[in-house]
Amino acid sequence: MLILDCPYCGIRADETELAPGGEAHLTRVGPEGSDAAFESYLFDRKNPKGVHFERWRHAAGCGKWFHAARNTVTLEVYGTYPAQVTEPPKALLAAISKKVPGWEGWQ
Amino acid sequence: MRRYSAFAIAREALRYHQGWERAWASPAPKKRYDAIVVGAGGHGLATAFYLGRNHGITNVAVIEKGWLGGGNTGRNTTIIRSNYLQDPSAAIYEKARSLYETMSQDLNMNVMFSPRGVIMLAQTEHEKRGYLRTAHANAAQGVDTEFIGPEKVKQLVPIINIDGPRYPVLGGLWQARAGTARHDAVAWGYARACSAMGMDIIQNCAVTGIETEGGKVKAVNTSKGRIETGKLALVVAGHSSELAEMAGFRLPIESVSLQALVSEPVKPCMDVVVMANTVHGYMSQSDKGEMVIGGGTDGFNNYTQRGSFHHIEETVRALVETFPMISRLKMLRQWGGIVDMTGDRSPILSKTPVGGIYVNCGWGTGGFKAIPGSGWAMAELVAKDAPGPLAAAFGLERFREGRFIDESVAAGVAH
Ligand SMILES: Cc1cc2nc3c(=O)[nH]c(=O)nc-3n(C[C@H](O)[C@H](O)[C@H](O)COP(=O)(O)OP(=O)(O)OC[C@H]3O[C@@H](n4cnc5c(N)ncnc54)[C@H](O)[C@@H]3O)c2cc1C
Ligand SMILES: [Zn+2]
Repeated sequence: MLILDCPYCGIRADETELAPGGEAHLTRVGPEGSDAAFESYLFDRKNPKGVHFERWRHAAGCGKWFHAARNTVTLEVYGTYPAQVTEPPKALLAAISKKVPGWEGWQ
Repeated sequence: MRRYSAFAIAREALRYHQGWERAWASPAPKKRYDAIVVGAGGHGLATAFYLGRNHGITNVAVIEKGWLGGGNTGRNTTIIRSNYLQDPSAAIYEKARSLYETMSQDLNMNVMFSPRGVIMLAQTEHEKRGYLRTAHANAAQGVDTEFIGPEKVKQLVPIINIDGPRYPVLGGLWQARAGTARHDAVAWGYARACSAMGMDIIQNCAVTGIETEGGKVKAVNTSKGRIETGKLALVVAGHSSELAEMAGFRLPIESVSLQALVSEPVKPCMDVVVMANTVHGYMSQSDKGEMVIGGGTDGFNNYTQRGSFHHIEETVRALVETFPMISRLKMLRQWGGIVDMTGDRSPILSKTPVGGIYVNCGWGTGGFKAIPGSGWAMAELVAKDAPGPLAAAFGLERFREGRFIDESVAAGVAH
């Protein structure tokens, strides 16, 4: 069972009380964006076999959206962090790089 | 290739079964092929088969990182039906269903196609209206389906509980020509036929890189060396994003785990396939007597071929409510497969940003039924560098153009 620590209420929540929200840190395309950029924003996904940054909602708890960094192969959770950021925290990225040699980075 | 027949069985019985030859060869890869198919699941093998059979292209390799049929093709619950809502879906799934009818003869391999009929239960008013609509759409598409009432459902499935407290059965969408087939035999049959045409099926060989030159494919790098090709078909289901990344583009695909389980074998008790989409579960009985059960996917990206426990619990709970007699069955095995989900729950058969590279993916939770139709359409796309009528609507450009083939309502549950 997947267990994530909610960075808001601090509860260790299992997946039955969480709602998955898909890939995190997608850059929204503005009115001047090209069709290709808009398509890519809406549909194209990294879907990596490895480190994945994603959005979750503590749906049956405090109700807040947050972020998680997780490995899609080992199911290891590297950490969770609040939603009000546009990129993952530096310390978390450093910790992941150490654990996953050769990791190509979050983008 | 020595043909399988009743006569061959008699002949071999008389000589202690010494004369059976290997079903397919296991050659070392050549330096170059006219076309390479990555992924020896049903869709990859069927693509290769129709490249040879329909287009005369036989200098083909099918490259598989594990063993052939070891991906979702060997992990699915084998439901075959074609009662989809949208016209492009009905066309390709119905083509596939009709090819299943003659597959055993076409491949000279008994794939045990069993057109036992599939019922999709309507358990809410909304679902009932949805299926009535699908039945009308199917009539217009020439797909033989019918909406049946609860009494007919009970008659077809005596073990069903039609007046459950939460979701009584209000009827169902019945496709009498739908059914099941032996999944491994489908993969084996295509592999044997491809090998007989002189194609190379290369197992235990992972594609690790894709070389391009001037926007066109040049070669693939594999764990058995570099192999050149002018045409490359990526048919790797849940691993499509990984292969696309090697070629430098992204796909509108996310990989999630879908699980199935089987019970201990019991005496024959249900001779049709029943799907209960509202409560999220479906069940059929295998020829061995096991109840074959499937349910929902995990909601998050996953490559582990395992899946979450609470999903099995939900599925089993739903099915016990629908078929009370299974409550005391023991479950024997559970497994998962990594399915490739698109936003509109329809597949992708398409050219890509790289010349000579084609993708066939996005079949998600329901592509076993599509194998022959998909192979037929994909071979045409690869051979002619342009989609034929079956594949045309399934191109990648549909996402940019907002021309979705929305089957998410029609396929509320995984199958
Ligand atoms: C539990 C479950 C139940 C299902 N039930 C049904 C059902 O009842 N009816 C139905 O119609 N569909 C069902 N499906 C869906 C169906 O199984 C799939 O849509 C279908 O089998 C996909 O076939 P494929 O050939 O595209 O993929 P696969 O059979 O997965 O083949 C892809 C192959 O590519 C190989 N590969 C991956 N990466 C590489 C690489 N780098 N190099 C070389 N090879 C590689 C893999 O090893 C694999 O063998 C179910 C799926 C699951 C998991
Ligand atoms: Zn919380």
